[in-house]
Amino acid sequence: MSDPKGESEAARKARRGRNIALAAGLVLFVILVFVVTIIRLGGNVATHGY
Amino acid sequence: MTTTVPEMTSAALPAAAPARWQDYLQLLKPRVMSLVIFTAFTGLLCAGAPLNPVLAGVAILCIAVGGGASGALNMWYEADLDALMRRTRGRPLPTGRVQRGDALALGITLSLFSVMLMGLAVNLLAAALLAFTIFFYAVVYTMWLKRATPQNIVIGGLAGALPPAVGWAAASGSAPLSAWLLVAIIFFWTPPHFWALSLVTCEDYAKAGVPMMPVVRGEAATRRQIFLYSLVVAPLGLVPAFTGLGGPLYLAVAAIGGAGFLALAAKVAFPSHSPTPAASRPLLPARGREDARRLFGFSIAYLFLIFAALLVEHLAGVRPLVR
Repeated sequence: MSDPKGESEAARKARRGRNIALAAGLVLFVILVFVVTIIRLGGNVATHGY
Repeated sequence: MTTTVPEMTSAALPAAAPARWQDYLQLLKPRVMSLVIFTAFTGLLCAGAPLNPVLAGVAILCIAVGGGASGALNMWYEADLDALMRRTRGRPLPTGRVQRGDALALGITLSLFSVMLMGLAVNLLAAALLAFTIFFYAVVYTMWLKRATPQNIVIGGLAGALPPAVGWAAASGSAPLSAWLLVAIIFFWTPPHFWALSLVTCEDYAKAGVPMMPVVRGEAATRRQIFLYSLVVAPLGLVPAFTGLGGPLYLAVAAIGGAGFLALAAKVAFPSHSPTPAASRPLLPARGREDARRLFGFSIAYLFLIFAALLVEHLAGVRPLVR
């Protein structure tokens, strides 16, 4: 099926791949920040004995 | 700084294929990144400080991404040079698969994210050292030194040498002399390593107008400089065994490797064929390239093996020779 923007099949596949890679990177970053927060928070709570 | 950002010529841009995610990954120089990860991990482990394994992983990830970001900034700035050299003309920018603005945006974004995450998750010293490493590679080396002086890779080599100190700082929150000793080994290893490569590829550098040592000073001077730096690297490689960092395995690897390094550098410095006068023929004749290529290959193995020896000793709990 031809794209209304005139985008070729190869360009569409490449764009889809880029989008998935970007989404994966962002999800990984969010998970990392969450895990790091839990670890740092846990360490601080243990240190201060709250 | 007087250098301006060079523009790509349209001749360097063939019909471009659409950019795939792998092209953006290539901007991060994955092979250089793997060496950065390896030396940073060695520094992190040698620090001997207790660090949560997840935070250690985050630290290594930040160092890897920061290194990759500086690679992307380097490719952004050097797109015109890369298009002229055989070794680099297939990169995403010279082939037109990725736009220069995209490479710049990727480099800046990843630099900011890696330094910010390092500061938040690990500590500020590690973040500051990582930021300095990126700045030094992207600005001091790429934008300033590379096109200005044949000492470009000597001074610029500091950027590639810093990862063990960043790793050490990530683990312990400090950067003691032992960390800087590892930095010094890589720093003094860099000139003979890169000059051996540039002896092999000097026509490309000359064509691109990059003032690498063999292009500017000629073959004979470069060969002498390689040997002089090797005279520093080989003994310096032994020092960690006497400062409480390395054990018997490290000493053996560094001694044998250092001897091999010196022997190959001597062959490069004192070739059996008659030396080519620098002034009359600055570029290396084909028959003289094999010794430089051998030294280049060996230098990679040498650095890998001495850091691997440190890594193995620390993982296996081998006692250092000196406490």
